[in-house]
Amino acid sequence: MAKTKLGRGVAVVGAGMSKFGAFPGLATRDLFVDAFKEMLASVDKGFDARDIEALYIGNFSSDLFEGQAHVAPIMADWVGLTPRPATRVEDACASSGVALREGIIAIASGLYDVVLVGGIEKMTDLPTARVTDTLATAADVTYETPAGFTFPGLYASMATAYMAAYGAPLEAFLRVGLKNHEHGALNPKAQFGQRISDIMEARKASAAKKGRPIPTWEDEMAFLRDERANPTIAWPMHLYDCSPISDGAATVLLVSEDLATRFSNAPLFVIGTGQASDGATHDRPTLTGIPAAQRAAQMAYTMAGVSPADIAVAEVHDCFTIAEIMATEDLGFFAPGEGWRAAIEGRTARTGDRPINISGGLKSKGHPVGASGAGQVIEIWKQMRGEAGVRQLPGALRFGLTHNVGGTGQTCAVHIFERR
Amino acid sequence: MSEASAIGTAFTGTAFYNYLKEHQLMGSRCPHCGTVYAPPRPFCPTCLAADLEWVELSGAGKLASYSIIAVAPTAMLEAGYGRENPYCSGVVELAEGPRISAQILGVDVAHPESIVVGMPVRAVFIERGEGEVRKTFLGFEVIA
Repeated sequence: MAKTKLGRGVAVVGAGMSKFGAFPGLATRDLFVDAFKEMLASVDKGFDARDIEALYIGNFSSDLFEGQAHVAPIMADWVGLTPRPATRVEDACASSGVALREGIIAIASGLYDVVLVGGIEKMTDLPTARVTDTLATAADVTYETPAGFTFPGLYASMATAYMAAYGAPLEAFLRVGLKNHEHGALNPKAQFGQRISDIMEARKASAAKKGRPIPTWEDEMAFLRDERANPTIAWPMHLYDCSPISDGAATVLLVSEDLATRFSNAPLFVIGTGQASDGATHDRPTLTGIPAAQRAAQMAYTMAGVSPADIAVAEVHDCFTIAEIMATEDLGFFAPGEGWRAAIEGRTARTGDRPINISGGLKSKGHPVGASGAGQVIEIWKQMRGEAGVRQLPGALRFGLTHNVGGTGQTCAVHIFERR
Repeated sequence: MSEASAIGTAFTGTAFYNYLKEHQLMGSRCPHCGTVYAPPRPFCPTCLAADLEWVELSGAGKLASYSIIAVAPTAMLEAGYGRENPYCSGVVELAEGPRISAQILGVDVAHPESIVVGMPVRAVFIERGEGEVRKTFLGFEVIA
């Protein structure tokens, strides 16, 4: 019989991230140190970092991005934590969501009381074509990449299947990008923390400075529909449908539930964790959703004993705008085929009834792939503790959720957190 | 069976591409539940049986999803594609049931909206590279 409960409870008592962006001259270890320092400062009652017993570090492909493999011990070393066990977890873009789950399971097993979970990626040293090739290694290189599929291409193909099945217009995707840039503009850690309107003004100013004709767009949607301003990457996904190439790191401190209040005035209790795997994109029963996400979500909801309606704040894996729309359906926030309408109606905005990706999401905050899952937890930590500043959601946020996808859904990890 | 033996009887990616070189689209079939798999699988995920058999597929199918790709990976750049010459990749649902990824030919890449999910397609074999690096890729073309 499948077990639906952890052996014992686990809580988040600290969380911190580096800024996400493009940082020439900084390596993953430098970004990890930034994240670690912010995590230390976030532990309300302070603690001795030597109490950390083990590290689980999510990383997709430092091997290809930086020419450096075996990164977990380096991270441990750089924050002075050797000889503690340090394990790299690789599940593509879900690497640190899965590292979080491994850390939770390690504490639930009773072996450790205090575990550091991290996520790291340094992508911007390579030219775009090499980044595209590296990301494509998260797909099936025997049967998907020979078809010419890139990562944007695979998600774009899910978008055409979705459009055909549900009649979704291109506008739905553009609205997700527009919304996540609005959110990211309120996040000082975001890589592209500018509203689309800010980007339009910058383009006009740049043209004027260069003595070129100043472009005119009626509004943001006109800008996003302009192929010169928002070129096709893999139709129907355009530049502002795609998360950027990013560097970044994030860390989360986990302790056993009984120790939580010794570390924190306001811990987040991990009440649900789910993870699932799947085959290549073409080999799934549906192309308009991600079965591994549906399954991971169901596992997490069952463990937590909550339903989608209970979730007050969610960070979902919007590597592409279609991915956010599918996520809101896979997580049960909207019925299949209804996510695109919710996006157009503004329901997923900060001011809507189902706020999604208040951090700006991967689209605006940035997507250093191995760090993204842990990065999502930082936003949930801030929101649920009332520390999100100008982007703080109102009211008591009792339940929060993170949804981290690897590849096009070969892996998905979902976590649910509670403030008590 | 002699031909299959020459190419390789194990359900590997190499065998699949060796068959493609001979312009044969091959899958595997579970003798217990009858499900056909393409690309060929060594294990039936339904029955967990390992005694699957090769089956040649008709190459007929319909388009299940697609994308017009403008930012190409290195391999497609080398084949002459890119921003100025985008190409179509897609998922095809084969007449025998399984779905497979492939390049899609015979579509108007300048007008992606003209491409319709459900369009009938048939398998073609795309040759790329010269000499030792020559390789046959699976493609599908839209049936006019």
